Amino acid sequence: MSNVFILVDHASGKIANTAGELSAFGKRIGGVTALVLAEPGTGAAIAEELKAFEIEKIIIVENVAFSQHGIPAIADAVASVLASHSPKALLISTSARGKEIAARVAVQSNSGLITDAIDISENLIATQSIFGGSFTVHSHVKTGTPIITIRPSAIDFTATPSNPTIENVTVEISDIAKLVSINNIQPAVKGGRPELTEAKIVVSGGRGTNGDFSKVESFADSLGAAVGASRAATDAGWYPHTHQVGQTGKTVSPQLYVACGISGAIQHRAGMQTSKNIIAVNKDPEAPIFDLADLGIVGDLFAVLPQAEAAIIAKKR
Amino acid sequence: MKIAVCVKQVPDSWAEKKLVDGLLDRAGVDAVLNDLDEYAIEEALRVVEPLNEGNDAPIHTITLISMGPDRATEAIRKGLSMGAHDAILISDSALVGSDALATSKVLAETIKSGGFDLVFCGTESTDARMSVIPAMLAQRLGWAQLTFAGALKVDVASSKVEIDRMTDAGVESMSANFPAVISVIEKINEPRYPSFKGIMASKKKTVTTKSLSDVGVSAGEVGLATAWSVVDDAAARPPREKGLKVEDAGNGGDKLAEYILEKRIV
Ligand SMILES: Cc1cc2nc3c(=O)[nH]c(=O)nc-3n(C[C@H](O)[C@H](O)[C@H](O)COP(=O)(O)OP(=O)(O)OC[C@H]3O[C@@H](n4cnc5c(N)ncnc54)[C@H](O)[C@@H]3O)c2cc1C
Ligand SMILES: Nc1ncnc2c1ncn2[C@@H]1O[C@H](COP(=O)(O)O)[C@@H](O)[C@H]1O
Repeated sequence: MSNVFILVDHASGKIANTAGELSAFGKRIGGVTALVLAEPGTGAAIAEELKAFEIEKIIIVENVAFSQHGIPAIADAVASVLASHSPKALLISTSARGKEIAARVAVQSNSGLITDAIDISENLIATQSIFGGSFTVHSHVKTGTPIITIRPSAIDFTATPSNPTIENVTVEISDIAKLVSINNIQPAVKGGRPELTEAKIVVSGGRGTNGDFSKVESFADSLGAAVGASRAATDAGWYPHTHQVGQTGKTVSPQLYVACGISGAIQHRAGMQTSKNIIAVNKDPEAPIFDLADLGIVGDLFAVLPQAEAAIIAKKR
Repeated sequence: MKIAVCVKQVPDSWAEKKLVDGLLDRAGVDAVLNDLDEYAIEEALRVVEPLNEGNDAPIHTITLISMGPDRATEAIRKGLSMGAHDAILISDSALVGSDALATSKVLAETIKSGGFDLVFCGTESTDARMSVIPAMLAQRLGWAQLTFAGALKVDVASSKVEIDRMTDAGVESMSANFPAVISVIEKINEPRYPSFKGIMASKKKTVTTKSLSDVGVSAGEVGLATAWSVVDDAAARPPREKGLKVEDAGNGGDKLAEYILEKRIV
């Protein structure tokens, strides 16, 4: 019996890393059924990519409404497949879109919802890290089909290929799911660096960069790291909003977080304090960021970072 | 045009938070208007102000709607002093411990009876951080969902709203007719500080308090006992061990590199 649903994220015909992660979590609970909602004619290719993971069954729903009307149409399709298949749970990856799909499906199916879990047990107890990682909470859903969104990169797993069965399903999209027209989409431009939420190392810059992120970026590149920023830096327009770390930005939990010219306001800490190792570079010995740093360098980032970069590069050779 | 703005009172985002019996200890910290809801109020004000210009009594109004304890009126006052016209507070002892599904139900029922054209929300409450209420409201009301707006255009004559939805996925331009639920991101505007005049005027504005039965929801549908999801336990994360702090004496960069190489992170 296939009995845990995972919703597959994909863009431009490529599945996201989260697909494998969700299948690894789902496997703990039962056989995994992957839900692929796609443009007409594109589902089969996406299903092919999913064979890299341990999945029992793939349900493909193709409909033009998904790209024309977005989230409400997607949620309608998910709710309808949920109703006809009654799985044990539905797992979705945490993102603006994932949470909104989950929200609408929860209302439609009268189901409880848990957002942004960092772990999930075989009996569907979800672990959440709340208030910026200051607390760990366990919770479970007691009504309907548990709908749980899971933070990206929350699991390390080895992919096991499989040969899933494929079911093509057609669904009716309701009129209220077609009220919005999407007129234009500009996909985010992916730089050469790793994704902030997926990176093993994140190097972030704040107001201390004074608008010059070049040292932060080149140090990040020497480590193969993603680049983050404080809100002071994104508000000033020095770095894109999508790179903001903190309460109203991304939550990251990498192996190493290097905060450069960042004071460590509580809202910034909320997005990074669960990192395994934290290094801070700051001119002010009293900066609160030093309270959580495993290593704090009291100094000028414009001197410290280039020296560190040179030492890393020398070692790599 | 009638606009509703959903606002929540939350523990100050600057405060350290505590849990008591798995629920946030709201009594122990300062409560403020959810910072992100200020952007929603500001955006609503920017929509109606030009339209109301030259009229003594506003034709286009903004009503704040909040579900929360009686003391949430403090947060509501802040919104009124920014310039919203009146407010509804749904306060009922049966609501304690309500989850997002119950909250969205109560808010949706309140909105239904108000004859609103648009509902504005923040993208998330800084305590719950779920970012689900706006989508749930749109689903429950059967209205257009225009969320994560980083730019907004409202055309009253044609009852049309256009937004740029800005998320990690990129920018999506989308449009819909009234009625619609809109949520705004913090990059959309810079919320004003209430002026002295605004603060004085807010004291004369009406805050209507409603009970659950006033909005037509039964106590059995909300609250901790009927929550769709429950907290089993909660624990504070152990504090980080004290690290090493060194003054850069010309070799700070080398020390930094050494640490990274020793830990074998690269
Ligand atoms: C509701 C709300 C949500 C928020 N959300 C976020 C969020 O998601 N993320 C976030 O980051 N912030 C957030 N903030 C803002 C937060 O409160 C701080 O204002 C912000 O984090 C400060 O950024 P900063 O550390 O870069 O700047 P500052 O606090 O100004 O710190 C700059 C630091 O750089 C140091 N410095 C200066 N020059 C140098 C140099 N040459 N070398 C080394 N060090 C130097 C200084 O000593 C100082 O410590 C939020 C605030 C609110 C109210
Ligand atoms: N109790 C509440 N009363 C009024 N509005 C709320 C309430 N809870 C959430 N909201 C609105 O929904 C938005 C998103 O909240 P959330 O889904 O809790 O992250 C907030 O920014 C508010 O606009």
